[in-house]
Amino acid sequence: MSTKGKVTGIVANLVTIEVDGPVAQNEICYIDLKGTKLMAEVIKITGKNAYVQVFESTRGLYVGCTAEFTGHMLEVTLGPGMLSKNYDGLQSDLDAMDGVFLKRGDYPPAIDVDKKWKFTPLAKVGAAVSGSDWLGNVKEGWIDHKIMVPFGFTGNYTVKSIVSEGEYAVKDTVAVLTDADGSDREVSMMMKWPVKVEVKGYRSKPRPFKIMQTGVRTIDTLNPITEGGTGFIPGPFGCGKTVLQHALSKYAEADLIIVVACGERANEVVEIFTEFPELDDPRTGRKLIERMIIICNTSNMPVAAREASVYTGMTIAEYYRMMGLRVMLLADSTSRWAQALREMSNRMEELPGPDAFPMDLPAVIANFYSRAGFVYLNNEQSGSITFIGTVSPAGGNLKEPVTESTKKAARCFFALSQNRADSKRYPAVDPIDSYSKYLEYAEVVEYLDKTIEPGWVNKVTELKDMLLRGKEARDQINILGDDSVPLEYHIIFNKAEIIDFVILQQDAFDKVDANSPLNRQQYTANKVLSICEAKFNFDNFEQIGIYFKKIINLMRQMNYLEFKSGEFNELEQQLDSLLAERIVSETLAQTANA
Amino acid sequence: MKTKAFQKVYTQIENVTKATCTVQAEGVANDEMAQVDGRPAQVVKIMGDKVTLQIFPGTQGIATNAEVVFLGKPPTIKVSDELKGRFFNAYGQPIDGGPEVEGEEIEIGGPSVNPVRRKQPSEIIATGIAGIDLNNTLVTGQKIPFFADADQPFNAVMADVALRAKADLIILGGMGMSNDDYLYYKTLFDNAGALDRITAFVNTTDNPPVERLLVPDMCLTTAEHFAVKQNMKVLVLLTDMTLFADALSIVSNRMDQIPSKDSMPGSLYSDLARIYEKASQFPEGGSITIIAVTTLSGGDITHAIPDNTGYITEGQLYLRRDTDVSKVIIDPFRSLSRLKQLVIGKKTRKDHPQVMNAAIRLFSDAAGAKTKLENGFDLTDYDRRSLQFAKEYSRELLAIDVNVEIESMLDTAWRLFGKYFTQDEVGIKKELMDQFWKASAS
Repeated sequence: MSTKGKVTGIVANLVTIEVDGPVAQNEICYIDLKGTKLMAEVIKITGKNAYVQVFESTRGLYVGCTAEFTGHMLEVTLGPGMLSKNYDGLQSDLDAMDGVFLKRGDYPPAIDVDKKWKFTPLAKVGAAVSGSDWLGNVKEGWIDHKIMVPFGFTGNYTVKSIVSEGEYAVKDTVAVLTDADGSDREVSMMMKWPVKVEVKGYRSKPRPFKIMQTGVRTIDTLNPITEGGTGFIPGPFGCGKTVLQHALSKYAEADLIIVVACGERANEVVEIFTEFPELDDPRTGRKLIERMIIICNTSNMPVAAREASVYTGMTIAEYYRMMGLRVMLLADSTSRWAQALREMSNRMEELPGPDAFPMDLPAVIANFYSRAGFVYLNNEQSGSITFIGTVSPAGGNLKEPVTESTKKAARCFFALSQNRADSKRYPAVDPIDSYSKYLEYAEVVEYLDKTIEPGWVNKVTELKDMLLRGKEARDQINILGDDSVPLEYHIIFNKAEIIDFVILQQDAFDKVDANSPLNRQQYTANKVLSICEAKFNFDNFEQIGIYFKKIINLMRQMNYLEFKSGEFNELEQQLDSLLAERIVSETLAQTANA
Repeated sequence: MKTKAFQKVYTQIENVTKATCTVQAEGVANDEMAQVDGRPAQVVKIMGDKVTLQIFPGTQGIATNAEVVFLGKPPTIKVSDELKGRFFNAYGQPIDGGPEVEGEEIEIGGPSVNPVRRKQPSEIIATGIAGIDLNNTLVTGQKIPFFADADQPFNAVMADVALRAKADLIILGGMGMSNDDYLYYKTLFDNAGALDRITAFVNTTDNPPVERLLVPDMCLTTAEHFAVKQNMKVLVLLTDMTLFADALSIVSNRMDQIPSKDSMPGSLYSDLARIYEKASQFPEGGSITIIAVTTLSGGDITHAIPDNTGYITEGQLYLRRDTDVSKVIIDPFRSLSRLKQLVIGKKTRKDHPQVMNAAIRLFSDAAGAKTKLENGFDLTDYDRRSLQFAKEYSRELLAIDVNVEIESMLDTAWRLFGKYFTQDEVGIKKELMDQFWKASAS
């Protein structure tokens, strides 16, 4: 018998319910408003009173409305049929809703349980299995969707029976498992899992070591992220955060992309809805949208569901990770999620922490980031969740609580700079402020030595040093004036400009330049480095600016052309002869020694 | 106000604050409207049988035995074609001396559009102002504010945009508008002969500030009606959203909520998003575009109001006085229209994106040269040319008094490139250079 209750108080979406039985923290209940059921979550209990946050507008709600408790926390439904779906923060299928406007109490199911899939058994009768072990395989689009022992099955089981290869509906029983006590449990292709609990059925979670190619030069070359790594992108508005995220979802080398649009602009999601189904996925030959799931809780949708949306995204990512897939999870923006927490904390009249955010904000954020990672499964396969969140710092101030808390939790930091954005140097990732802690991992260095070229990390450091020296040279030039500094300052400044224009800057709207594979990045980086290392001869500083502008122009044109195409090679020759005009030595060191 | 049979009347007020009162009542719904001693009020909190009401005009003179009448419905507006050419207050009552409007009564502040039902905005709103059309192209379904200091001519620019844009209906939402500005708009629209496609909801400075909270919802619910039911292209002008946010902070303060940054309520982002996100391109062709004004104090965009706004809107426009040419220009560095990528080079000539970026980069080089000059350094030849370019660019393209077609803006830019720079310095894709450079140099 489930617990029931009656509404006794309402402040915005915080509702007090007097209950007639046991209730649990985070339990879900439905409030009946004249036949419309509004979903809500328990966030505080005092005696007979349960405080619930309603995932909908509470307009028209009155004292005396009845509520029914479900006995479980907020859950997602996991099973085949989630790919290419557009969900709201509570995993309701947005496409299954009628009408132009959202209706309260409309929660269409996340997956079609009657849909039939071709099931191929992987486990044999008599096999010993435990939670998250693979029982069978279903082709979901191009992904091998593994049907697993439900994560909630604790202890050891024996496969009593399993269906043979054939077409089955999602809700059909495909296997019967016997537990240690000899009782049988039926398993279908779907399961439910509470979103706030990490799926932990893997064997181990080592430090990430593989580089994940994103196609964005400023990330891959200078501050790479790993498979299973975490990163965050803070930046004031108008710095190209969203364009960068879209680029990542288009070109990152992941099997599956989950985008959580959390409290952001609806038109940005519409852009994904409209453009991504048209985009080809170069790796699968299918459409990009076929390897995506979108969780969309835009800024005008109910605040409480916004908080749920990031957890819904993470839990779905964990589900696919257990199948041995590389999942990339993008959340834009985690600040909106933190603000949702703040709104509720405020309504509950909790004592506030810094900037009125709840006191446990750093813990909540750290806990969430820790759910990402690279894992080895029980069957020796590996899977990963690479998580990149954006942060929208209030007033562009990176000292605010959400940015600070995230900085402690994430390993890569892609700082967007207002100055770069103002001068249209996109992507506006600041190369000097940004960092990737993964470059310090011995296993990552080793991996890069093997997969790109030996000593790669040293080259990356060299590029970064050059950028820093360029910045110093520019400051000196600005202070002392063009003709009061040695010519060398101008040369250093212009060399850094080459790195900036040719490697850092990338045209996200150009077909070719938008995605730069690692081997091309290796070429570009080496070419640029060879110029940085060379010694040039000039008579005066005006020559320097003009000359390097020509080089930059040529190399930028090359970025727009197919790698190693005829035109590309032609420009490369032009570049080489242009360089030959002024280079007196291939290395700075040699001349110093001579 | 006469009470009707089904309305509940109470006279037991227990508690009165500056903006709210609490009354013992039963069966009252959240968000419901009421009349307290004849003043409009709305339910904001219910605890058992204690109902707290926010009284929009304030609580001066409210007695504990005042009559509280619950109207049994949230705030509504009657919509029909009769709204056109009319001016109303924040409650939707006529202030132009005309008759009450009859029509379908709908709740204001209704549900959000299902994001999967939205269409991608793709239609340009041409304004003739190159600072907008060339550098920060506006698109139907977009929401964008002017970030302006109080002394800048944003009302004039916004009125220009409104009148030149080919909108089927323009809805003006005035919040804390001075009576002078109200009359300015009224006369301007009247003189332009545009009155039949204008509806205005105005809260002037002599009205109570809390009433402003209703203005955006009044405007946008009306806009939704015409955009969805009649597939109209609706342009909504909201001025000034800073005063709207100030009203929010007054209410939250009086409700004893803990303020967050800059004394604003913690829910400011959601409150503003709820309004701005009403901008939408609907599947049947109608659209709502919002152009707003957010006044800044001393140009500070890190203040919570412009800051949160910037994260919600699709770009922002800045005005600036360019002393070199003595004109007000649309600042090309800080202004941004996020949706321009959807149309530039697609709906406009293909050289548009690159010309736009190149011109701004060169303009930025000129700013660098200017700093050098001010610091007493010698200028290079390139510096001198970029300074000359900047002046002409500012006068012929950035100034707000420009009114030309987009193609001619592009041609002007090419002419200026050819006049002051070499091809290498302009740095545009070769294919475009080949096609357009000669044409302008000849």
